Amino acid sequence: MSTLEDTHELVGRGNIEGAALFRDWFAELGETAKTGGEAAYVFVMGSCNEILKTFDLPVVFPEITSLQTAVRHVAHELLEEAEDYGYSPDICGYVKADVAVQLRGGDHPMGRLPKPTISVLTNACNTYIKWAEIWERMYGTPMYTIDVPGTRQAGGQTWAGNADFEADRKYVEVQLRELITVCEQVTGKSFDIDKFRDILGHANTMTRCWSRMLELNSARPSVFNALTDGTIYLGVANGFRGTEEGARYFERLVEEMEYKVANGLGQDMDEQYRLLFVGVPCYPIFRRFNELFSEWGGTFVNSTYLWFASGGTNRGFEYDLNDPLASLAEGMLVSVRDAMDSMFHQDTVLEQMIADHHADGVIYHPIKSCRTVSTGLADGRRSLTEKTGTPSLFIESDMMDRRVVSEAQMKNRIDAFFEGLASRRQMAQAGPKD
Amino acid sequence: MAYAAGVDVGSTQTKAIIIDEDAKIVGRALLDTGANVIQAAEDAFAEALTEGDINRDDVKYVIGTGYGRYRVTFGDSQVTEISCHGRGAVHLFPNTRTVVDMGGQDTKAISVTADGEITDFCMNDKCAAGTGRFLGAASAALDIPLDDLGPVSLQSTKPIKISTTCTVFAESEVLAWIGKGKKIEDILWGVHKSIASRSAGLMRRVGIEDEITFTGGVSRNQGMVKALEDRLEKKLNISEDCHYMGALGAAMFALDNILAARTPAETGANS
Repeated sequence: MSTLEDTHELVGRGNIEGAALFRDWFAELGETAKTGGEAAYVFVMGSCNEILKTFDLPVVFPEITSLQTAVRHVAHELLEEAEDYGYSPDICGYVKADVAVQLRGGDHPMGRLPKPTISVLTNACNTYIKWAEIWERMYGTPMYTIDVPGTRQAGGQTWAGNADFEADRKYVEVQLRELITVCEQVTGKSFDIDKFRDILGHANTMTRCWSRMLELNSARPSVFNALTDGTIYLGVANGFRGTEEGARYFERLVEEMEYKVANGLGQDMDEQYRLLFVGVPCYPIFRRFNELFSEWGGTFVNSTYLWFASGGTNRGFEYDLNDPLASLAEGMLVSVRDAMDSMFHQDTVLEQMIADHHADGVIYHPIKSCRTVSTGLADGRRSLTEKTGTPSLFIESDMMDRRVVSEAQMKNRIDAFFEGLASRRQMAQAGPKD
Repeated sequence: MAYAAGVDVGSTQTKAIIIDEDAKIVGRALLDTGANVIQAAEDAFAEALTEGDINRDDVKYVIGTGYGRYRVTFGDSQVTEISCHGRGAVHLFPNTRTVVDMGGQDTKAISVTADGEITDFCMNDKCAAGTGRFLGAASAALDIPLDDLGPVSLQSTKPIKISTTCTVFAESEVLAWIGKGKKIEDILWGVHKSIASRSAGLMRRVGIEDEITFTGGVSRNQGMVKALEDRLEKKLNISEDCHYMGALGAAMFALDNILAARTPAETGANS
């Protein structure tokens, strides 16, 4: 039973609270920078936040801090600075924006960033490794790379109990134990296994909620926009992973979305077309990009981004608190592999999403500055079309560089796509011709 | 008699087409777009009305298309040129399944059904490589009028290979070949082949299926037609109206609107 008061209190709460958490996060980073305290630099696919939080290390996600510069319309200045410094226009925009921020002494539009005391990364993206090497050269920051064995073949994901999986789990667990030793050396603190268990418990709550959120958005009308709202949720999911605030945030977010579903409250729009998004968002014109779709009644109900940039938490894997390190190793295998699979085998992922979320179309957004995400999209699209016949649109731009984002050309393609969807729907409603 | 109109405001030229209720073209106009897009649309529409000797009030629906479609201020609605070229091509050549539209600043490959429904499309990105502008650069470098480029290129006996795909660098490459003593017709044929190669690449992305209709301003260039046909090893559908295809498709959509708005009594459905 809904009341106006409930609606007023609940609807939109997740976005407000998410923004507040972001401010808190950057305030903590600013304070750390001011005092010269320790901080870890980590990445979204396999962040190991659970271990780092056990050592009370504030975390910087350079992918997130970089994308924030694009959302706040200053990325172009940073990209040009990095290019003046010698980086090619073809290099990842996230890396270049971060390099420029570092050259500015950590000066970021949301506050000052601390220097990295340690960087922790996986092999999920080759650029992670090259990026951490930059900090190593700039500051002498030790980098710790976790080698996560990938899925052997498309659709060939293995699970606990499988011999190959168990061998891989041991391999990852040994590396995690080494990471703990490195963290002890860097921070001068001993590893607290009980605290670690508490953190894993919070991470479990967040994972459970994340899966539920994705499930809830299969409702008609959908309850959140996977592109715009989803990016806020992703920020909290990564930055606050394993924290009490993060767990509480997601419990309240699920409460909000369940309320919306129960009361048939969709987004603030007339939902005509349900879309899936593949790739990384167009951050230089983030709001406008979404409007180009919403003006036609199109909304994003799910995305591969909500899968791979959540570190694979969509899989719903929960840690066994009785065997925490072995379980974290298992979780990393499951989540990092799934994140990579979501990027590289999108046709398999999308086939399921189309069915689960009743999607009318798929939007592919390959980006100039990320080969990892963009390579193979054309093949994935072709394969998905053959399998499902679902209409799709291929629009190319960038996640950071506004010099390669042309709104007029983008609008032309998007308008034509919707004209096609409308025509197809009209013909379907008219029925077969005699 | 009611009439429907389409006005295609392109980056280089503006086209207008007026059709009657039988979808027969009764008026057309073509002029340079220039800096004043609104004026270009109005002038083209007025010229088409004059050519068809049609009263403005008898045109019951106007659709704007092309990059300046929202500047067709007297239009009733807008449709992208992608949908319009597909619709127009299927109207003129009903067996069309692939459309290649080559205009001043972009080239599009469009896949269509028998109903004119767009199933897929692909365009050049923000770079104008492989578009009419590439020919414009060659025209400027060689000091040959645009309309003569095709006929001259067809006289080639030893075509050279243009390696750049950049419209800006095309001019310097053309000049470099002149400096090496190459014949103008051989250089020009190389330019046409280069554009054909990039266009064929776009077409492969949407799938090349018979029949193929070539639309847009560059379809008037016989050298480009031959270069594309050689590259694709297929004959292309061509008509004098291919240059007007976007406007024609827009007029067809406008006619749909006129007919859909009619009551059963008006259409004779109850008789």
